Amino acid sequence: MAAPNNRRSGYSRRAQYGNFFGYLAAVVGLLVGISLLVVSTGNAGAFSGLRTTAQDSTAPAAKAAAGARTGGQNLWSVLSGYFTSGARVARLEREVAEGRVKLAEQAALMEENNRLKAMLSLAQGDQRAVVVTRLIGSTSSSTRRFATIGAGANQGVQVGMAVRSPLGLVGRVIEAGRTSARLLLVTDTDSSIPVRRASDGIQGYANGLGNGTVQIRLSTTGTNPLKPGDAIVTSGSGGIYRPGEAVAVVVALTPDGAIARPLSDPGQTEFVAVEPLFDEAPRSSEIAPPASAATAGKR
Amino acid sequence: MPPPLPSALRQFGKPRINRTASPVLALATPWLLVMLGSLSPIWPVIASAPVLPPFGFLLLVGWQQLRPGLFPVWAGWPLGIVDDLFSGQPIGSAVVLWSVAMITLDFLEHRFPWRGFLLNWVVASAFIGGYLLLALQIANLAGGAASPMVLLPQLAVAVLAYPVAAKLVGLADRFRLIPIRRL
Repeated sequence: MAAPNNRRSGYSRRAQYGNFFGYLAAVVGLLVGISLLVVSTGNAGAFSGLRTTAQDSTAPAAKAAAGARTGGQNLWSVLSGYFTSGARVARLEREVAEGRVKLAEQAALMEENNRLKAMLSLAQGDQRAVVVTRLIGSTSSSTRRFATIGAGANQGVQVGMAVRSPLGLVGRVIEAGRTSARLLLVTDTDSSIPVRRASDGIQGYANGLGNGTVQIRLSTTGTNPLKPGDAIVTSGSGGIYRPGEAVAVVVALTPDGAIARPLSDPGQTEFVAVEPLFDEAPRSSEIAPPASAATAGKR
Repeated sequence: MPPPLPSALRQFGKPRINRTASPVLALATPWLLVMLGSLSPIWPVIASAPVLPPFGFLLLVGWQQLRPGLFPVWAGWPLGIVDDLFSGQPIGSAVVLWSVAMITLDFLEHRFPWRGFLLNWVVASAFIGGYLLLALQIANLAGGAASPMVLLPQLAVAVLAYPVAAKLVGLADRFRLIPIRRL
């Protein structure tokens, strides 16, 4: 449909001015946006108060929505569930019958699994969680990977705390509002986690790639000892993440490391545990702005 | 063409004589719909990769193409601020990109006033592609380091989602013009 021709405003002074100031406001808005962008790209913490307030205000709705989401559903299973429910019921009934047989085998396997995990010293569930809460949302269209959890400063969540699911590390708190907090997921391109191979302790870094996987870069050079299927755990160096938490499993090799898939897919995770700060001193100097700069600005 | 309304809604504004659309509804619906689209990060879908289309932007382009002139040309920045608060992009990213999109769409509208839906779709796809790419560059300026290849699945989903967004806009447009106010 063609637009009403606002541009030719005729002899009406009012229409002419309205038109002119409309375009003026658009250009001014654009310039203000550019200056906002300059401030926020230069300083990642800028406007975090504004953002956390907005998040807190929508957190109740998001929590209700997250409550309706059953565990283990990502976008495609939500969509395809509408079309395949009949076939799924039939398949599930058959699988229940098979499952009973397999249950006995599983019990034996589980015992063996526990023994092997103890050998690899993978951390098994942390009792000292600050709070256990829901993942209530994630940035779905931006290339940055942030998620929101339904607990904030009121529940004791602080910036820098590691967040994990029963399967492994999910991310790290970067902004804490009053009733919600924002996480940097391990798959974000800004996330870099000191890791080691669970079996022998080869050191490296797990950097997010932004597409749901992480790139493992080894500290050592030369031959690449990684193999698909290797478990990657946090090494604890740097002091942000507790050592020995499961992070990812290697799926493909690259010349200087490997591509690994995080064990805790946030789409499959409903509840997460926020862990207390692991090491106070290096964290505060790394994440918070230097105290001297903040006080100098006030004087 | 907008799809037909469900029968319950069709009865809603039935006595049409001596009635007109509520100005509040007629003016607020487009703004609210775009803001709801911007709230997609709080929808109960958790994604470890950027897969969902930018719904707020799709709806904005949809409104601008179905009802050109309904949004003022400066609508990009207030709606952009709302989007920035939730999208995870650095603040100012959508303010700039949506402002540019609104000004450019306004120009295109006056340059080529008569278009079919197919042409609208092609134009919208070009806008979506440009928007995603520039948003990626801005996110990378602020600390990310994602490669443009990450965008390919999202671009495909967004281009295919545009007709759905346009239908939704059509439905909302019929809703906002239901005659419920007594003259």
